[in-house]
Amino acid sequence: MTTTATTTGITQVYSVYIKATPEAIWDAITKPEWTEKYGYGGRAEFDLRPGGSYRGFTNAAMRQAGGPEVGVDGEVLEADPPRKLVQTFRMVMDERMAAQGFTRLTYEISEGKGGVSKLTVTHELGDAPMLAVLMSGGMADQGAGGGWNWILSSLKTLLETGSPIDSNPANMG
Amino acid sequence: MAEDDGVFKALADPTRRGLLDQLFARDGRSLNQLESESAMTRFGVMKHLRVLEEAGLVVRRRSGRQTLHFLNPVPIRLIHDRWIDKYTERQASALANLKHELEETR
Repeated sequence: MTTTATTTGITQVYSVYIKATPEAIWDAITKPEWTEKYGYGGRAEFDLRPGGSYRGFTNAAMRQAGGPEVGVDGEVLEADPPRKLVQTFRMVMDERMAAQGFTRLTYEISEGKGGVSKLTVTHELGDAPMLAVLMSGGMADQGAGGGWNWILSSLKTLLETGSPIDSNPANMG
Repeated sequence: MAEDDGVFKALADPTRRGLLDQLFARDGRSLNQLESESAMTRFGVMKHLRVLEEAGLVVRRRSGRQTLHFLNPVPIRLIHDRWIDKYTERQASALANLKHELEETR
């Protein structure tokens, strides 16, 4: 087990089946009125064309705690609604994470049988080990939320039941 | 729900839980890497990986010439939210009620 040097860096892959159309899932990822209802509950702002900007705003609780207005920034690399979105992603709420630079995030949505779609999130975290810990839920005990696992579970709940969850990471179970 | 059935079935086997633990320790591994840490043959590892994949607990991704396996914890989280939370909550409140009743009747 010594021959494979990991040149690819850290990658995380998550997938979830959601009883919703690909269009509904696409909207939930890209439209601020949806993004504020699940996961970290911040509004997202996408300019959905290659080179367009992405900003993920913090939620009210994060700002109250002294956080900045923008929590995540990045650039759209590819937008093929409602199938595929590729973007860069840099966490800027924490200086050390910001210093680890941009990561690459891919959302893929495919339609299955019976009105169920599959959403796969691939997060190529390159040389951002701190962000990797955050996104895998390893900082939940610090009130930093449960990462992708938590975001995608709450997205599924929102789209299937219509009820938003408590989006304050400090209150997550 | 059929989705849950697959997850429970996949988790019901110690070898498969071992594979998940391997991926938890280090994610994104090739079949060779998983096999080298297991007492099983390649065929055994492949068979178990297929069950894990069908349950959505493992996702495969091509990376250059290799296929890597990634742990997907989302189905476990959903089981937790749907089942475990529900019953531990009731158990806790049942105990609280019992305590209350015992204290009342004494």
